[in-house]
Amino acid sequence: MASQDITPVGRSSAKASLLYDPKVRGLVFQVLTVVVIAGLIYWIINNTITNLQRANLASGFGFLDGRSGFDISSSPYLAYSSDSTYIKALWVGILNTITVAFVGIITATIIGFVIGIGRLSHNWLIRKICTVYVEIFRNIPPLLVIFFWYLGVLSVLPQARQSIHLPFNTYLNNRGFFFPSPVFGEGAWLAGVGLIVGIVGALLVKRWARKRQMVTGQQFPVGLTALALIVGLPLLALLIKGFPLSFDYPVLGSFNLKGGAQIGPEFMSLYLALSFYTASFIAEIVRAGIRGVGKGQSEASHALGLRAGPTTRLVIVPQAMRIIIPPLTSQYLNLTKNSSLAVAIGYPDLVAVGGTILNQTGHSIEVVAIWMVVYLGISVLTSIFMNWFNARVALVER
Amino acid sequence: MDNNLSYVRTEMLQEQTPPLGERGIIRWMRINLFATPMDTALTVFALLVIAWFLPGIINWLFVNAVWSGPDRSVCSTVAQGGIQPEGWSGACWAYVNANFSQFMYGPYPIDQHWRVNIVAILFVLLLVPLLIPKAPYKVANAIVFFFIFPIVAFFLLVGGWFGLPYVETANWGGLLVTLTLSFVGISVSLPLGIALALGRRSKMPVIKMLCVIFIETIRGIPLITVLFMASYMLPLFLPPGVSFDKYLRALIGVALFASAYMAEVVRGGLQAIPKGQYEGADSLGLSYWQKTGLIILPQALKLVIPGIVNTFIGLFKDTSLVTVISMFDLLGTVKQHFADANWASPQTPISGLIFAGFVFWIFCFGMSRYSIFMEKRLDKGHKR
Repeated sequence: MASQDITPVGRSSAKASLLYDPKVRGLVFQVLTVVVIAGLIYWIINNTITNLQRANLASGFGFLDGRSGFDISSSPYLAYSSDSTYIKALWVGILNTITVAFVGIITATIIGFVIGIGRLSHNWLIRKICTVYVEIFRNIPPLLVIFFWYLGVLSVLPQARQSIHLPFNTYLNNRGFFFPSPVFGEGAWLAGVGLIVGIVGALLVKRWARKRQMVTGQQFPVGLTALALIVGLPLLALLIKGFPLSFDYPVLGSFNLKGGAQIGPEFMSLYLALSFYTASFIAEIVRAGIRGVGKGQSEASHALGLRAGPTTRLVIVPQAMRIIIPPLTSQYLNLTKNSSLAVAIGYPDLVAVGGTILNQTGHSIEVVAIWMVVYLGISVLTSIFMNWFNARVALVER
Repeated sequence: MDNNLSYVRTEMLQEQTPPLGERGIIRWMRINLFATPMDTALTVFALLVIAWFLPGIINWLFVNAVWSGPDRSVCSTVAQGGIQPEGWSGACWAYVNANFSQFMYGPYPIDQHWRVNIVAILFVLLLVPLLIPKAPYKVANAIVFFFIFPIVAFFLLVGGWFGLPYVETANWGGLLVTLTLSFVGISVSLPLGIALALGRRSKMPVIKMLCVIFIETIRGIPLITVLFMASYMLPLFLPPGVSFDKYLRALIGVALFASAYMAEVVRGGLQAIPKGQYEGADSLGLSYWQKTGLIILPQALKLVIPGIVNTFIGLFKDTSLVTVISMFDLLGTVKQHFADANWASPQTPISGLIFAGFVFWIFCFGMSRYSIFMEKRLDKGHKR
């Protein structure tokens, strides 16, 4: 009887609850979403096609093979002129983006680590100076920092004729930074070979020293040996060949500097601004990372008899890196994305070049698509590399 | 008879003050500035750097600065066509002073500035009690601030009704644009970000996938591309003849961009809530929305207040990028006026930029300090 009583109740409730069944509801909701999104996309595509037809614009990437007709002020890697194609102009832009992002990341990391460690210093003065730096740069827009360097500092430097003479035959004026460029003579290739051999040798020495320490406990001055190998071997190679390296010095002419190499003010201000701005964020990440390592770790290390230096190097930093690396990755990506602010001061990065093409040809969809692909690609590549690095330093549990 | 023969001293000696090196400012300096030889070297180095730069900076900012004047001549040397002696260098606050109303309102009609002022006063009057924890009527205040105030502000700023002359958004500028963009961006991005974060953690695969695609795409590209998209591609997507206000397009771009970042911050909070909280809510028979609204979100949002405010600060700073699509916010207006022939001098750009930077800094620094204050207040000691 009891079971007969229950079954109909159960059956009727199952019928009534079809509308309340989470699975059914979820399915209906998802199907509805797909239909709405598909309808929206159809509507957008339809509108776009109509609009393009009305504006007499062809779609597709065929226009990229056309002659660009505009000049690019800075193209250090590719030979580019206004007769080159649009696609080549885009390549110049991509390479410029990567260049400024790469050097910016290195500089920002160095400044950021110094400031971040400085904020944890026992020295009150150093701590306060670093805090002031971080609080200033974290709270103003990066674009303003770029303008500050470009309009406020670099463009009010003296003209070429009154260039500021700096050490090592370098000059600074409102057209940028001029420095001697190396000229490699006959036989300079041996120095390159020396460099490669030095790096490989340093890596081998590191492996050998690690093995030896595991077995005997004895340490080996790896850092100094590596430095000697990497710097010494190329120098030795140059000596053997009778120093075939000379420098092309910039010479102050009547109107401009001749010779040497030049870094334009656009690149300089973008690079300086991105480095200083991102460094303030990296400093906070580094500080949080070092703080995140438990106090017991350094106490245990002191108890084992390690002094302050080895404690930091062998105990604190390896553990702090695990906390630091994930947010550090997103700062690197932020820096790369912020390099698109170049468009505001006319440094020809990917967005600036793309913007010019967009204005000339009107192919906005294609240009925006290229931007998205390149930036997403850079993001994915950086993430993959940093994840690999993160996996290397991650905690290996037994 | 004197039976005071105690072995133990009954009268204590007067306590001596600690030696000179162990008290007061000397002790503080010894610990904080000269603890080790390395510390001493660092202190001396830092003092040298400060002594090298600070007098020059203070001189430039205050002593040599020009505070008022009719035109560029007060801010340039004789050789540059001005009245200052050769070699003079100082901040040109006169330029900021003369263009102050431009920096605040942009090309908004001067006789209509009172409308902006009323909105600003209302904004402050409503915001301040909302921020002070002890002030009463929080719910009513919040409703007025987030629902009624925007409508009033919209009618006041745009006009065209009740006899107010219509002011198109192309005539807005300066701090007005920066603040309105940020306010609307912040009020849109937080709910949108929460919705995206919930969607990303949803059990429905289609919803989850859509949210992931949106969030990761937006986070992977720079804001400038989003703004270019909003200003060049949005018109293509709409039926012919329908056109959008440029200001509104920038607003959509900024809000969508910030909401993707907000979603990731909120997701962090959602993931930090222990599973027991979800299960506890389920066992009480709460529905999804009750569970989310009453149990999960209040805890999750509290955990990520610093991240949320950081996203707000980021959005506030990012509004400066609208200059790239030729809209004039505070930074854009300041920069636009560098070209003013009346005021062009070598000192003008840097003075204007320092002023703009100072304004941005005050707002961002205020927000970050308030978030630290709130974090401490809301900390109920649950954190382990």
